[in-house]
Amino acid sequence: MSHQVIPALSRRALLGAAALAPLSAPALAQGAALKLGLMLPYSGTFAALGENITAAIEMYLAEKGGRLGGRAVQLVKLDDESDPSKAVQNVNRLLGRDGAQAMIGTVHSGVVLAMVQASREKGVPLIIPNAGNANATGELCAPSIFRTSFTNWQPAFGMGKALAAQGVKRAAWISWDYAAGREAGQGFEQGLKSGGAELVKSLWLPFPEANFQPLLAQVPGLGVQAVGSFFAGGGAVQFVKDYAAAGLKNSVPLCGSGFLTEGTLAAQGAAAEGVRTALHYGDGLDNAKNHAFRAAFKARTGREADVYAVQGYDAAQLLAVGLEATKGDIAAERALVTAMRAARIDSPRGAFTLSAQHNPVQNIYLRQATEGQNKVIGIAAPALADPGTGCRMASI
Amino acid sequence: MLGGFLAQLLNGVQYGLLLFLISSGLTLVFGVMGVINLAHGSLFMLGAYLAFAVTGAALPLWLALPLAVAGGAVLGGVLERTLFRRFRTREHLDQVLLTFALILLFEEARAALFGNDFHGVPVPAALDFSVPVFGGFAYSAYRVAVLLGCLGVAALLFWGIERTKLGSAVRAAAEKPEMLQLLGLDAQRLHTLVFAAGTALAMLAGALAAPLYSVFPGMGDGFLIISFVVVVVGGVGSIAGAFWAAMLIGLVDTLGKAYLPGVAGLAVYALMAGVLLWRPAGLFGRA
Repeated sequence: MSHQVIPALSRRALLGAAALAPLSAPALAQGAALKLGLMLPYSGTFAALGENITAAIEMYLAEKGGRLGGRAVQLVKLDDESDPSKAVQNVNRLLGRDGAQAMIGTVHSGVVLAMVQASREKGVPLIIPNAGNANATGELCAPSIFRTSFTNWQPAFGMGKALAAQGVKRAAWISWDYAAGREAGQGFEQGLKSGGAELVKSLWLPFPEANFQPLLAQVPGLGVQAVGSFFAGGGAVQFVKDYAAAGLKNSVPLCGSGFLTEGTLAAQGAAAEGVRTALHYGDGLDNAKNHAFRAAFKARTGREADVYAVQGYDAAQLLAVGLEATKGDIAAERALVTAMRAARIDSPRGAFTLSAQHNPVQNIYLRQATEGQNKVIGIAAPALADPGTGCRMASI
Repeated sequence: MLGGFLAQLLNGVQYGLLLFLISSGLTLVFGVMGVINLAHGSLFMLGAYLAFAVTGAALPLWLALPLAVAGGAVLGGVLERTLFRRFRTREHLDQVLLTFALILLFEEARAALFGNDFHGVPVPAALDFSVPVFGGFAYSAYRVAVLLGCLGVAALLFWGIERTKLGSAVRAAAEKPEMLQLLGLDAQRLHTLVFAAGTALAMLAGALAAPLYSVFPGMGDGFLIISFVVVVVGGVGSIAGAFWAAMLIGLVDTLGKAYLPGVAGLAVYALMAGVLLWRPAGLFGRA
């Protein structure tokens, strides 16, 4: 972030506040609907994620008769297009013109930074339903900022730990050289270490290059028993296919953060069969809440629920805990935050609590790609908390 | 260890051959017309997205190859006649502005037609298997096919440049432009042909590369920069220069990424600086 941006930003913030002023007075009156701003991608790469998060939030609201803590909730939606260059403008619009009093968003970790900044400056509660960048519940943590998804560190730590538990002594790591890949790589290494295994080598590729060959050709010579990786979307499809085509799949098993095979199994086909990944959700998770959630989501949308829907649903559940404690008063910051911090969310992924930095303390499941599904085959790391490095939580 | 090294050599040769396919068109256009075409990377991207569109419509990838060549020839011809012809005698800065504008136009068109996603392009089913190469490492049959295809195109280009009348006109234009006049050749027609061929080569390279590298926004940028390095190292306008420079850079880049990852990004540029100090006109260029 360049310093030149700051004056423009605060000028916009002032304009936003001025626009908000006439709206906020009546909004405080008892009975007026709470404006909950959803800033999510409804177009572009992550549109399907934004749609499922939104559908799950709407489903939870419908279950509660459209009221949280007795207060009617009105959703205000804004398409962030997963475009970081428009993020500041979009969040100011959401809080200004649209008058949102609380925010849920978003998927892209660059875009979420603008929401984090706005929440820190204005104290508007923010719940992050996907973006996994460490700093949102690390260096940039704040009483008003919560997350119901994961940090990039968590699934990768679980994967490393599970490998060590299976008797792997030496493993390597391959990822794009960007923040998410580095955070996950750190988790993988620490997970391996926690079980007495060693990360022999990390191989990095500039983002978003897809010439994996020079990296893959090194794998047979490393003398490792497994390769961990962090890729998502189209990059994950290409990587998993290239890994199999390089003849490595059977000699050095591929594993990784769950996003390696999340929503990509159809495109990866046989190349992904048997690949093990770790994530805080998976297919065939056997608990009553999950069965009910999946059935209701399918009935409502016609689609199968996925991890993104779960994260959205839990964002709404977490907000409900806060608003129930304050009887619908979003401005009662102290009571709201205290209640949300102490929340125990009955999630389809299994119940979770929150860390001191407001990130889920949750089971990381071990999954295996089997016939187009990420079947849960065990728990890689139970009740795992992100270290939350760098967080100095302000008092409330 | 030796097996791993041989596998990396093969990777370097395969990457180098693809680089040759991309930069051959660039060096011809630069050498014959004196035009700096920054949009060459975008033409590569167009070929890749063409392959994505063709396979996306459940048509075989093989169909994309003649389409890329034919479409590239037509597009190149039109671009030359409408735009590049007018900019040939202008300053390089004007040409840079024109071709930079083309990059923006092509990127916007791509965003409008295909969005900004990173997409995989499936390998043809008949070539969806692997063959072992060295040291426990295998190559997909498609990758082998691309390697052979690039070699075939290179052989065809050499033959065309060295053995045909048109080829000698191209060489004459690149080395001594005044020769064209003396020989009574139509320079304008030659320029249209060269630009059409250069565009067709770039789009063919893109279509071949799509299943290996996926398609994504700005994918042409990286290839454009490395192609300019190839052209400069090989000597502007020289097909043989482009070939050997592409092989050299393919190997240096691949081996750098494999054995010296910390300085891999720098290796090819250090090589270029070294070559330019030693031979300012490039390996095969005439000073």
